[in-house]
Amino acid sequence: MATATKSTTGTGARTTGRSRGAAKKAAPAIAEFDKDQELHAYKEMLLIRRFEEKAGQLYGMGYIGGFCHLYIGQEAVVVGMQMAKKDGDQMITAYRDHGHMLAMDLDPKGVMAELTGRRGGLSKGKGGSMHMFSKEKHFYGGHGIVGAQVSLGTGIGFANKYRENGNVCMTFFGDGAANQGQIYESFNMAALWKLPVIYVIENNRYGMGTSVERASSTTDLSQRGVSFGIPGEQVDGMDVRAVMAASENALEYCRAGKGPFILEMITYRYRGHSMSDPAKYRSKDEVQKMRTEHDPIEQVRARLLDANWATEDELKAIDKDVRARVAEAAEFAQTDPEPDPSELYTDILL
Amino acid sequence: MPIDILMPALSPTMEEGKLAKWLKAEGDTVSAGDVIAEIETDKATMEVEAVDEGVLGKILVAEGTDAVKVNEKIAVLLGEGEDASALDAAASAPAPAADNGPAPVPAQPVASAPHPQAPAIDTPADPEVPEGTQMKSSTVREALRDAMAEEMRRDGDVFIMGEEVAEYQGAYKITQGLLDEFGPKRVIDTPITEHGFAGLGVGAAMTGLKPIVEFMTFNFAMQAIDQIINSAAKTLYMSGGQMGAPIVFRGPNGAAARVGAQHSQDYASWYAHVPGLKVVQPYSAADAKGLLKAAIRDPNPVVFLENEILYGHSFEIPDMEDFVLPIGKAKIERAGTDVTLVSWGIGMTYTMKAADELAGMGISAEVINLRTIRPLDIDTVLASVRKTGRIVTIEEAFPMCSVSAEIAYQVQEQAFDYLDAPVLRVTGKDVPMPYAANLEKLALPSVPEVIDAVKAVTYTA
Repeated sequence: MATATKSTTGTGARTTGRSRGAAKKAAPAIAEFDKDQELHAYKEMLLIRRFEEKAGQLYGMGYIGGFCHLYIGQEAVVVGMQMAKKDGDQMITAYRDHGHMLAMDLDPKGVMAELTGRRGGLSKGKGGSMHMFSKEKHFYGGHGIVGAQVSLGTGIGFANKYRENGNVCMTFFGDGAANQGQIYESFNMAALWKLPVIYVIENNRYGMGTSVERASSTTDLSQRGVSFGIPGEQVDGMDVRAVMAASENALEYCRAGKGPFILEMITYRYRGHSMSDPAKYRSKDEVQKMRTEHDPIEQVRARLLDANWATEDELKAIDKDVRARVAEAAEFAQTDPEPDPSELYTDILL
Repeated sequence: MPIDILMPALSPTMEEGKLAKWLKAEGDTVSAGDVIAEIETDKATMEVEAVDEGVLGKILVAEGTDAVKVNEKIAVLLGEGEDASALDAAASAPAPAADNGPAPVPAQPVASAPHPQAPAIDTPADPEVPEGTQMKSSTVREALRDAMAEEMRRDGDVFIMGEEVAEYQGAYKITQGLLDEFGPKRVIDTPITEHGFAGLGVGAAMTGLKPIVEFMTFNFAMQAIDQIINSAAKTLYMSGGQMGAPIVFRGPNGAAARVGAQHSQDYASWYAHVPGLKVVQPYSAADAKGLLKAAIRDPNPVVFLENEILYGHSFEIPDMEDFVLPIGKAKIERAGTDVTLVSWGIGMTYTMKAADELAGMGISAEVINLRTIRPLDIDTVLASVRKTGRIVTIEEAFPMCSVSAEIAYQVQEQAFDYLDAPVLRVTGKDVPMPYAANLEKLALPSVPEVIDAVKAVTYTA
């Protein structure tokens, strides 16, 4: 573990740190996807993209209230991780959670209806955009307090070890949350007790309006576990193949009983922090550059066409299917009734 | 002049201990720093060092003696050139004032001779205990330990985690013996990291495990309160009933003794404010055992507020294989006709003493031990108030937005026409807990304050 190695950063998403520290690991080579994998990744990411665009529209129309945090730009992170995990592995994240739920195969109708606060929503309309869960799909939310989900995810990893079920909990948080104290309390216990947890830092470069450089004394967040002996690596979070390869490697490490692993996904959100954020803290050029040069979906699309694995027409057909699914979800979310008033007093205690 | 060696206080709440062993014999020379004896408190066995040098002249308390009071003379040390004859001279001299010991323990309430018209004291049996059940003596500490051990034997998903719960056997010895029986997988020492391990416990509970999270005291749970409220209490609702957190947060709560403002606060009303939590505050050993077992089995998050001073108190407890009390049900500790006294947790100690004294004054008090704060068994309180027409609540917490305030609200709303006097409350004073012994005593409720309040609501001179 003594050699410092440069992490692989793939197709150009910016990395912020220097590679040093005993726990620094080289990210594994980018996975070679076959045709099915490329098509799968394309469809999954496109579903998230189109779903979020629709959610943004419904917010503008007043169907969705409160806070609404869109995942647009970050799709490769959750899709790549989903492609690496096995059934039983859990995910838990903060409030930018729609993408995770769609990747975890939750019904878009249920997710969208939760955004509009309807009875067919995944939480019967009582959770909202930030609070959805699925025991069946091993998705543990959906949490609104920055960093709190990291201790919870560590506890889910603890339960995996207690039950000896071989599962790993993928615990997501952002670059902003990376400065919360309980992250480090959790790192310490996870390393001390060798808990099967992958800490996935989705570094989209801004904690709300504050850039990583203005918030963090050290900006290579993959190295935040060094003092606990937790290995970490930076991953090109805009390349779904890099995400999957890094995830497979980290999952293997955790399943072998070696303890937690940190993956810092270098990614970017195209939209504001939430719907009410005008995003004046960054230039339009910066956003445009990411969109045109590093878009996670466009990368897959280009490879599919280059390899002659899909024609323009076939990709259009996929897009049409995805749009139809999203339209169906939106329709349901607008027409499904609100919860019965009697639901006010249910689900408080068992 | 011979020097008296006194029974030392070895913890904030120690009042007495066992002189387990003398390590020096009469006639031995002792230097300052020498270990001269071992003393067992209810929490630990501690070594006692000499603070002066000399010859151990006389041992006054034999080894093996139980219940030696703090500040009792246990031996005499002879100075240079003194011999045993000095002991006789010392014996005739006035006892030295304890200039650095704790304030004298308050005298036991005077057992006044029964008033000619004194009402007979009516102590109803606990309806939760089957008739004819044998009783045995148990401290609250033992009851809590037994409750956890029984539930851990019953259910492999139950585990306990917290600071010093395993190898140290519990900072207050509540988890004594659990590590030996259940091993380190289920009895887990955590780092000092309340926020983190509370969240870890909630996460484990969301998957269906049943953690018992011990806080060394609830004062430290302030570090973790976000996880208790935002994660444990609200997840069931936010998930539309899909997943909740079957978890118990437990530990000592409220003032201990002389530990100052940051270690002396009662959090009952804080947690009782929050839908999605249950809040239990036991008084007796039976409460502690029956309610902790219920809390561990409960599928909801339960905040279980113990009290350090009560840990060493002994009570009669039913000798049953599986004694479980219902959460949310108050107990009428004493039936009465003139006034309703409502209390819970350590507040009950003042209340029971006051009820004794009131009986001597011819006032029959009905004493309700709430046992659970949330859900609040207001029906039992209302039924009593409708009978007596008067109510006084007693608690150690601050008055503002207290549990007492809630009870007073509900009583005026639902029993207004039955009240013959305003609802009065006896609470801790509205000040951070002071350290000085006299101020601390003033800051807490007292038996005379309870009696004064009862006199006021019964219009008794």
